Amino acid sequence: MRTIFALAGVVIKELYRRKDFYVLFILTIVICVIMASVNIFNDNQIVRYLKELCLLLIWISSLVIAITTTARQIPAEREQRTLLPLLAKPLTRTQLILGKFLGCWLACGLVLICFYVFFGALAASREHAWPLLSYFQAAILHWMALGVVIAMTLLGSLVFAAPSSNSTICFVLVATILCVGRYLDAVALTLGEPLRSVIYAFYYAIPHVEIPFEMRNLIVHDWPLIGWKFIGLDILYLLAYMAIFLVAACLVFRRKPVN
Amino acid sequence: MSVILKTDKLRVEFKSREFRQSPKVALSGLDLEVGTGEVFGFLGPNGAGKTTTINVLLGFVQPTSGAAALFGIDVRQPIARQRIGYLPEMTYYYKFLSAEELLRFYAKIFGLPRNETDKRIAQLLKLVELEHASKRQIKTYSKGMQQRVGLAQALINNPDLLVLDEPTSGLDPVGRMKVREIIQRLKNEGKTVFFASHELGEVETVCDRVAIISEGELKAIGRVSEIVAQHPSLEKAFLEVIGYKPQLA
Ligand SMILES: Nc1ncnc2c1ncn2[C@@H]1O[C@H](COP(=O)(O)OP(=O)(O)OP(=O)(O)O)[C@@H](O)[C@H]1O
Ligand SMILES: [Mg+2]
Repeated sequence: MRTIFALAGVVIKELYRRKDFYVLFILTIVICVIMASVNIFNDNQIVRYLKELCLLLIWISSLVIAITTTARQIPAEREQRTLLPLLAKPLTRTQLILGKFLGCWLACGLVLICFYVFFGALAASREHAWPLLSYFQAAILHWMALGVVIAMTLLGSLVFAAPSSNSTICFVLVATILCVGRYLDAVALTLGEPLRSVIYAFYYAIPHVEIPFEMRNLIVHDWPLIGWKFIGLDILYLLAYMAIFLVAACLVFRRKPVN
Repeated sequence: MSVILKTDKLRVEFKSREFRQSPKVALSGLDLEVGTGEVFGFLGPNGAGKTTTINVLLGFVQPTSGAAALFGIDVRQPIARQRIGYLPEMTYYYKFLSAEELLRFYAKIFGLPRNETDKRIAQLLKLVELEHASKRQIKTYSKGMQQRVGLAQALINNPDLLVLDEPTSGLDPVGRMKVREIIQRLKNEGKTVFFASHELGEVETVCDRVAIISEGELKAIGRVSEIVAQHPSLEKAFLEVIGYKPQLA
C-alpha cells in the first residue's frame, strides 16, 4: 500500500508540474467566464443553457486530462528508461499498475474539485443558490466515470504502442459510449438477427459511463436529488468495471518484456 | 564466503521479429558465482550479453532456460531485490522531480522509516556531491550529474549487493575516480559489487575477480592477478580470450 501511494504521489507531482494541464484548466475557466458574462436577457432559459455548456466543457476537459495523463504514464516510463530502476526495487508489477491508476485517479479527483467549485461559484453568481448535494452527486459519479476511463486507458497503453493512438482510440470510444451507449438497446430492437444479438452484447458489455454524464441534468434543470441507493449502486457498477480493466492490465503487463 | 549471486546454465534467446528467423541467442550456458564481499568485474565486447545477464538478475528478462538467484532467492520473486542496488546502463530519471524527491520516492518503495530516510539522503547527496543541486529538477542536470543521481539511488537502501552496468560511462576522469573510490569504500564495508565495464584499467584496480564473456558464452573467469600473470596485461588477456586477431600486420 505504501508503495502504491508513493507511486501515486509521483504521478500527481508530475501533473501539477506540467504546463499543459494548467493551459486546459485556465482555458475552460476563461471560456465559462466569458459565456457567463454574456448577459442577454438574464432569463432562466439562458442561465440553464450556460450551465449546460459549462458542464459539457468541464466533462470534455476532464476527459482530455484523464486520458492524456494516463496514456502517457507507462510509455513514458519505458521511453525515458525510468522503468528499469523502478522495477529493480522490490515492487511487483501489479503494484506499479495500481499505483499509476491511483495517481491518475486522485489527480483527476483534485481537478474535478477545482472544476466543480468554480462551477458552483459561477452558478451562484447568477442564481444565488448552492445546491451542494446535487453538485456532490454529480461530481462523485463524474469521478467514478473518470476512474473507469482511466483504467481503460491504462490497459490501452499496454496494448497499443503509441500513446497518441491509444488516447485517440480511448477518446473516440468514450465519446461513442457517452453519445449512443444509452440507445444501443433501442437500436438493437430495430435490427434483425444476428446483428441484434451483437448490438445487445455490446450494450451489456460496455461500461455505461453515460449515466454519470446525464447527471448534468440534475444541476442544469434543478431536478430533485437522485436516491442515494441508486447512486451507491451506480458507484458499485463503475467500480466493478475499474476492477475488470485493472485486472486485465495487470495480466497484460506481467507478460510484457521490459525493453 | 557464501555465494550471493549465482546463475545456473543460464540461456536467453530473443525471438526475432522476422518470420522464420532463428531466435537470437544472447546468453548460452552461463554459470557464474559471486561470493559475499567480492568486487566482481564483468567484461565482454559490445553485444556480448552483459546487460542481458544483468537484466535476468533483476527479473526484467525471463531466462529461456536455466536459473538465477540472488541471496539464494530466485530472481523472479520481488523480495530478492530488497537488498540490492542497481544502476542501469543508460539512465534517465523523472525529470520533473528533484534529486531529493527522487531519493525519497525510492526510499518509500523500500519502506525505509522517515528519520532514517532523511539521514540517508543527506549522506548520499554528500557522497555524490549533489548537495548544491538537490532541490533543482533533474531535467536541469548535466549528464554526469544524472549518472551520480543514479549512483545515489542505487545506494538508497544501503544494499549488500550492488549491480552496476557501466557505472563510469559518460563521467570525466575525476568522476571516474570518485566512482572507483565509492566502490572501494563499499568493498571495505563488506559489500559485494558486480559490475559490467569496458574500462579495463578500472577493472584491474578495483576488482578481485573478473569474468569475460563473448557472444553469450563465458570465456574466462578468475582472479585478476592470475589472469594478468599469464598475459602482458589485462587488455591483452581480454583480446586473446575473445579471439581478436590484429588486422594490421
Ligand atoms: N530486447 C532484445 N531483443 C532482441 N535482441 C536483443 C535484445 N536485447 C539484447 N539483444 C541482443 O542480445 C545481445 C547481447 O546484448 P547486451 O545488451 O546484453 O550486450 P552488452 O554486452 O551489454 O553490450 P554493450 O557492451 O554494448 O552494452 C546483442 O546481440 C543484442 O543484439
Ligand atoms: Mg550493455
